[in-house]
Amino acid sequence: MKNQNSFKNYPASQSWSGPKRQYDLIKELVIAIVVVAVLSIGLSALFSSPDERAVTMKSWATHNPIDLAQTAVGELAGTTTSAGYGAPYNQNGSGQSIAFISPQKWLGVRIPINSAQDLVIKPLATSNIPGATDLVSKWNSTSADQQIKWANDFAKAFDKDNALLSANNANVQNSDGKYGPVPAIVNDLLTMARSGALDGALTTSDSPLPTNFTKPLLFLADGGSYFSSIASKYHLQGSQWGVMNETGSWPGQSWLWLFSFWYQIPPFNSSPAGDLWVGLIMGVLTFALLLLPFIPILRRIPYWIPIHKLIWRNWYSDPDSKN
Amino acid sequence: MSISWTAKVRKSTLEKLPPDQLLPDTQPKYVASWIYTFGVLTIAAFVMLVASGLILTIKGPNWWHVSHLGHFINSIHLWNVELFFAFMVIHLWGKFWMAAWRGKRFATWATGIFAFIGSIVTAFTGYLIQTNFDSQWIATQAKDSFNSTGIGAIINPLNTGQAILLHVAMLPLILGLIVVVHIILVRRKGVVTPISNDHQYMEGKF
Repeated sequence: MKNQNSFKNYPASQSWSGPKRQYDLIKELVIAIVVVAVLSIGLSALFSSPDERAVTMKSWATHNPIDLAQTAVGELAGTTTSAGYGAPYNQNGSGQSIAFISPQKWLGVRIPINSAQDLVIKPLATSNIPGATDLVSKWNSTSADQQIKWANDFAKAFDKDNALLSANNANVQNSDGKYGPVPAIVNDLLTMARSGALDGALTTSDSPLPTNFTKPLLFLADGGSYFSSIASKYHLQGSQWGVMNETGSWPGQSWLWLFSFWYQIPPFNSSPAGDLWVGLIMGVLTFALLLLPFIPILRRIPYWIPIHKLIWRNWYSDPDSKN
Repeated sequence: MSISWTAKVRKSTLEKLPPDQLLPDTQPKYVASWIYTFGVLTIAAFVMLVASGLILTIKGPNWWHVSHLGHFINSIHLWNVELFFAFMVIHLWGKFWMAAWRGKRFATWATGIFAFIGSIVTAFTGYLIQTNFDSQWIATQAKDSFNSTGIGAIINPLNTGQAILLHVAMLPLILGLIVVVHIILVRRKGVVTPISNDHQYMEGKF
């Protein structure tokens, strides 16, 4: 591959003029389709496929209301992952960068998310719970500093004493006005979630026929334990090679093994720019695979490790191959 | 009198892809190894993926959650994804050990790599549109990877509607076109010569 002109004298680039054999390509394709059809139908009959039901705000509020309540307070306080994420959701974080490389920042805010407003206040504003609109008005008419103080103070109190959430009715206890409207907002949000109304409110803000689940999924991912504990149960966490796993014992995207591998080793498994590092490494490796025929050492490996002798063993033992 | 554009295209196509080169009924005698079957097996799995995917498309994204037949078709789709990648990876490794890029076949190699990357992206969007817990979790995990590289500003894994359109309408079409170009290049260039018969490669000239 050193010089295109030299291909004129390179037999491998010219049509084969040696001995030939009969070969029916169409018959081979038809047989292959039949074999693969039988194989895949057989595997499906034997092993089926996984389908663990999607989680919802309703299931979250039912199975782990404390986690939902704490996450909602975090959204109001601006302390959750989405609240401080940066691009493409907001400007509250710098995003991942390595030296001067920060594509996250370069592309800017494209999917605007204000976690307090979009995940808590605006959904609550759609509620018909008595008094909910007054809570929204009170929150919105308060200074940002006061909002954050209320939410942070309540978050601390809640962390110390989960009993603020009544075990009997899963309602947040009234706290004598120390935390402004925050306990009541969380109360009403829990009520909405338990009824299923929060699922609708989070997805229908852009269109009454939802296809975009960015808001509920960001809310779930902000959560402390409910969503991630289910993932742990199915071995789907990043530290469990989760990218290439599937729920249950079914095979997943095993072809992502190399991508997943980098997340298991330092420094990538603890770097704040781990995703960017892995993305760049995989980009370079993919480019190297594409250009492998031009990379001096790599393109000689098939010569040094002659597996081709196994592949073409019939041909190499044929007297015609010597001519 | 100038030749019409149509005649020019026909003439050029027949010159570059004569029917006996596009669909030959003979192959060089060295084309006799199990490794040659994995390319066509990959195509066969792709055909099955399109067929099962079309049924799932016609019935809509929620059908397989509520119908035994739908679940079975989904299983066929899933197992063909697994078979498709297994066949393709063996095919790719086979072509590597055959140094199949030799003899002006870089375009064939490159389209194969594009098909490999395109398949990974297409499969990934398929996992995003399962509309179950797995797809929810994959979407929330993938967002950080997408966002960190800037891709997330354009393709949002949390937007299920976008993923459905990519997986069903756009990506299979692009992948199908890449595969067609790849197959045409294989037919145009012919099957690569065995390494031991390629004296220039053996001597390190290529």
